[in-house]
Amino acid sequence: MSEPVTQVAAVEVRGVDKVFETRSGNVQALEPIDLTVAAGEFVSLIGPSGCGKSTLMRLVADLDEPTAGTVEVFGKTSRRARLDQEYGIAFQQAGLLPWRTVAGNVALPLELHGEASAARASRIAELLDMVGLADFADRYPDQLSGGMQQRVAIARALAERPRLLLMDEPFGALDEMTREKMQTELVRISAETGAAVVFVTHSIPEAVFLSDRVVVMSPRPGRIREIVAMRLGAEAERAERTEELREERVFFDMVTAVREALHGGSPIGTGARGVETR
Amino acid sequence: MRETESARAGRGASAASVSRPGSRYGPGGPTRPARRGGRRLATWLWGLAGIVAIALIWEVYKLLGPADGVVIGDARVLPRTTDLAMPHVWDMIARLGEPVTRSASAQPLWLVIVLAALSTLGIAAVGWLVGLVVGVGLALVMQRWRIAEWGLLPWIVLSQTVPLIAFAPVVKSWGSRVEIGAFEWQDWMSVALIASYLAFFPIAIGALKGLQSPDVIHEELMRSYAAGYWQTLVKLRFPAAVPYLLPALRLGAANAVVGAVVAEVSTGLQGGIGRILIQFAGQASGDPAKAWGPIFGAVVLGLVAAGSVALLGVILGNYRRTEEAS
Ligand SMILES: Nc1ncnc2c1ncn2[C@@H]1O[C@H](COP(=O)(O)OP(=O)(O)OP(=O)(O)O)[C@@H](O)[C@H]1O
Ligand SMILES: [Mg+2]
Repeated sequence: MSEPVTQVAAVEVRGVDKVFETRSGNVQALEPIDLTVAAGEFVSLIGPSGCGKSTLMRLVADLDEPTAGTVEVFGKTSRRARLDQEYGIAFQQAGLLPWRTVAGNVALPLELHGEASAARASRIAELLDMVGLADFADRYPDQLSGGMQQRVAIARALAERPRLLLMDEPFGALDEMTREKMQTELVRISAETGAAVVFVTHSIPEAVFLSDRVVVMSPRPGRIREIVAMRLGAEAERAERTEELREERVFFDMVTAVREALHGGSPIGTGARGVETR
Repeated sequence: MRETESARAGRGASAASVSRPGSRYGPGGPTRPARRGGRRLATWLWGLAGIVAIALIWEVYKLLGPADGVVIGDARVLPRTTDLAMPHVWDMIARLGEPVTRSASAQPLWLVIVLAALSTLGIAAVGWLVGLVVGVGLALVMQRWRIAEWGLLPWIVLSQTVPLIAFAPVVKSWGSRVEIGAFEWQDWMSVALIASYLAFFPIAIGALKGLQSPDVIHEELMRSYAAGYWQTLVKLRFPAAVPYLLPALRLGAANAVVGAVVAEVSTGLQGGIGRILIQFAGQASGDPAKAWGPIFGAVVLGLVAAGSVALLGVILGNYRRTEEAS
């Protein structure tokens, strides 16, 4: 980010806080938060349950409005960005429409935005190939496993080639094996598309494996405790984050660094500090 | 069952290290159609068995029951078993094939009944369509504006407590005063209006429930696509409403038929099954089996009406899927 600013940041969050007004009183979900996600960068949000990760993501997606502060996506207001379809979003549940086939679900955003049907068909084929579901185009969601449903949802989020992907615990409901496979696929996909990703997760290894930077949040009211840069991402290409990485020492160093930030809240700077892995 | 892995073969090394989780159904597909076919056959057989059982009970009671029926205190709880009160099943069926009257040019009874039933069906169908438009229209308004739901729903419920059938003659006389240009109110329109009055209620309630049924996650998805009200309606709300609408439409169809028959009776409209129901009942002392013809006709009419809607359900089968495997 030291080079001349030719690209606008994918996400620019400035002094955002969020108070929910409920019948039993106000809930301060977020304390003023500042966060910048560069174009093409992969950033994970991690923190204990209820610390406001989903809330922050929903503010970026303009599904909720901040109580104070501003959210910009590619230099636009979040509302403008939503209307311009600057982001694709995937939730914890796949959220597929049960009456549409796999292909029909992926087609939904394209249909809504008036893409011609020939272009649509070829785009759908391309997307299903990307998530490895080419043989399942005509299946219905109730005929798919949870992991397959989630991949359809990811294909749908990618349908319009967004420059920003928002993902809220997309692999939360999957078993460990499927989850690791999906992570590898996501690394591949995000490298192929060059999209920036904001990724909410509860899993430290997942965050470490996927991210350029991990944002560690603290609970009630949610604020950013620490931003841990993953040295893995600095020089290495994302596509090189293959299965072998999970067994390398540097990976465990990163995991330890994030875990300490999460539990200890130590005020020391970012990055791994040569702690013993155990 | 394992799925074919061929699609992956052409892709790069990083992709090849990824394999898909197993699917419940391989390319061979589920065995659903065969099972469904068997179930449909069973449904028909049970229906047939029910009819046979009713005919049997009828004949057995007629054979064994006392001629004067079963009377407890002053109330007759079971009917007389005379041929006048309970004609034999075969007599009733045979009567359908005979001419309506003794005149040489008379049509057979079954044909008269079918023609009358078709006339009633047409009127009921018009009533049903009006009920559909009004019901779905009200549901749309109530779904769009919360205040409309609070304001309208109690009135819609209240509307069904008004015994409109009792007012049928009044509706008819109001209608006869309507005359707009070349348009002139016909008597059958009063009957259709009453049918629609009974039909719209379940449709409005079912449609409202259905339109409100989409999950928050789907609504937010549409919002993230910047989809407007109409797009959300067409792509999300209507499809999601189908499982709620189908039973409502079937109930509406049955209501429309009942409404039409009863309204024919009370407005005295010619040509429909309600009219011959009354007419033949009046001749029952001389020709007891004949009076049962229109009753069978009305029953079949209700089944046909509800069955047509069920056909709609078969066409819209995919809209009754759920997200999870059941
Ligand atoms: N619509 C709402 N109304 C009131 N309070 C809310 C609402 N949404 C979230 N909150 C509150 O805001 C806080 C943050 O919620 P949020 O869903 O962002 O947490 P999270 O970090 O995503 O948690 P998890 O990891 O469990 O998903 C919680 O205390 C929650 O109770
Ligand atoms: Mg959450």
